[in-house]
Amino acid sequence: MADQDQINNKEKETTKKISRRSALKALAGVPVAGFLGIKVFDKLNYDKDQKLRLVRELGLHDLELPVSDFGKKEASGELIRIGIIGFGTRGTQLASALGFLHPDAVEQRKKNNTLKDIVNQEYLNVAITGVCDVFDMNAEKGMIIAKNPVHPDKVTHHLPVKRYRTYHEMLADKDIDAVIISTPDHQHGHMAIEATKAGKHIYLEKSVAHTEEELNELYRLVKQSDITFQLGHQITQSTVFQQAKEIIRKNVLGKITLIETTSNRNTASGAWIRHLDANGNPKPGDERTIDWKQWLGPAPYVPFSIDRFYNWTKWFDYDTGLIGQLFTHEFDAVNQLLRIGIPTTVMSSGGIYYWKDNREMPDSLHCVFEYPDKDLTLMYSGNLASSRSRGRVFMGHDASMELGNDIKITIDKDSTQFKGGIASGIIDPSAPALSFNPNAGQIDAVSSASEKYFASRGLSNTKINGYNIDVTHLHLREWVNCIREQKTPSANIDMAYEEGIACIMAHRSYVEKRLVRWDKEKKKII
Amino acid sequence: MTKNTISYTSLQLILLLLLRFLIGWHILYEGISKAIIPDWTAAEYLKNSQWILTDFFQWIVSNPSVMSFVDFMNVWGLILIGTGIILGCCFKIAAVSGFVLLLLYYLATPPMIGLAYQVPVEGSNLIVNKTLIEAVVLLLLAVFPTNKFYGLDYFLCKSFNNRKGDGRPGSNK
Repeated sequence: MADQDQINNKEKETTKKISRRSALKALAGVPVAGFLGIKVFDKLNYDKDQKLRLVRELGLHDLELPVSDFGKKEASGELIRIGIIGFGTRGTQLASALGFLHPDAVEQRKKNNTLKDIVNQEYLNVAITGVCDVFDMNAEKGMIIAKNPVHPDKVTHHLPVKRYRTYHEMLADKDIDAVIISTPDHQHGHMAIEATKAGKHIYLEKSVAHTEEELNELYRLVKQSDITFQLGHQITQSTVFQQAKEIIRKNVLGKITLIETTSNRNTASGAWIRHLDANGNPKPGDERTIDWKQWLGPAPYVPFSIDRFYNWTKWFDYDTGLIGQLFTHEFDAVNQLLRIGIPTTVMSSGGIYYWKDNREMPDSLHCVFEYPDKDLTLMYSGNLASSRSRGRVFMGHDASMELGNDIKITIDKDSTQFKGGIASGIIDPSAPALSFNPNAGQIDAVSSASEKYFASRGLSNTKINGYNIDVTHLHLREWVNCIREQKTPSANIDMAYEEGIACIMAHRSYVEKRLVRWDKEKKKII
Repeated sequence: MTKNTISYTSLQLILLLLLRFLIGWHILYEGISKAIIPDWTAAEYLKNSQWILTDFFQWIVSNPSVMSFVDFMNVWGLILIGTGIILGCCFKIAAVSGFVLLLLYYLATPPMIGLAYQVPVEGSNLIVNKTLIEAVVLLLLAVFPTNKFYGLDYFLCKSFNNRKGDGRPGSNK
């Protein structure tokens, strides 16, 4: 009996041992998972440490990154009644950035799921109460848009929308507080002058003025007035620009002696051939529906031409081409960051090398702006027959910064400031060392190969406080807020004047085939 | 080898376990690394897609809500699959799910003749790449299981068998 008990106990013990051993075997993966956990923790610490060391080495550890208040406050103050002069493509985009969409556009955006980008815009407490366009079709479309806010629940007024036959009529109406001017460029200067005289706040699409005389007059009048003036630009409203400003302030780039800006497009529309629709049929418009005399404005008389009406950028009478349409944005970007002001000299060259139609405007243009008092050259190169992206680069002795949808900073291999960091291996000068990720809202040290790849391609989205927002909305929002708070917006009349002079100098240099100078004393282009 | 039990030599067992842990590790860390990147999204990868599933992947990218769901499922799918494979927990489901996920990755950017991608790839590939191999290895692990003895599935099987039998260990043998 005792023997039997002993055998039973032994069997039980063996079963227990087997069961314990089986249980231990079953847990074989646990130490592996645990080891991975420890290694993930180690890697996170290592990456954080490397990032900190790099950021410290670059002197960016106490970077003060601006925080946008977008979407964090309700529209305050009184309703602003806006009149839009020029309701073509750009006018429609500006109305959308204010929160007004054509019902067809609402449907279209519902289909491609982009309506929320407009709905997510801040409600600005503005009304489009006036529409003025020399083309009946545009004016009628503008009236429909002005009556269709995307935030109908927030609208507390029910003001009528009025069509004005001339911009003079609109400016004379005391029920208009502010105007947006989005006409062809040759109308900008004198319309803005008249609007200032009428005491209206102005949002003026670039370029600011077609002649030096108009620009001087506009500058003088706006400076003497109480109106809020904003020039229509978008780039500088993006979050990355605010970051770039801070990086330059921290002198990461060292002494900047060269800035290279570029534009590239390679389509007929990009080369300002826009009189045909997507199916190749002529767009609408004739002398009966277009007030041609009013369209010409101060430009020399020519008989009605649908080519000139849609493709006005091809002629010197109405525009300055690559300079007025694209370089203006580049200049604004650089001037907002470095406040370079008016160049001492400008030399432009180029020609009509691809789009050999009836145009006067060059399709390949290169301008060199010299700032000897700032030890700086600003270069611009634009081409309308190649879509190769060349970016915008600020070149300093210690680092270069490529500024686009994101920021990429590459430390110079011969930098003096970062000599130690390069020698110690903390800084790798062969690839971007820093990038700004607008989604994360912070400066990132670029550590892995794939991160370096994505940084070099600029494959990231611009977001503000988690929203995908049209930068034009931000620029208009700034203007509206400045009107209410009586503040000066970023693209104010001083910035507009400097940009306008630089652009007129560049255009004159191309047309007159000579070096153009700025007489600082007489404030005159010579 | 019977229907319910597979016997391996020690070497076979060690190599199968090693393979299981390495693949589990790889998949789990892929998931963790994506989870810790703020606002990580597969959108750029999917935009780059070519071949037979291009339209499907483009549809995902063009619908932000679908994209968010796919990103969430992708990250947590990788984490759960990786964990399941390492720990031998719900192993067959994890391995087969891993196979399906990796096959989708493969079909998004297969190295077919004439297809070129913006995203750089490791090594030189023609039709076969490491993603496809890893996918097939997951199937192989599913048919050569080690989880019932060297995984948490041991406990799951045990409790399942207990419930099936009279509650005593081994009663269903």
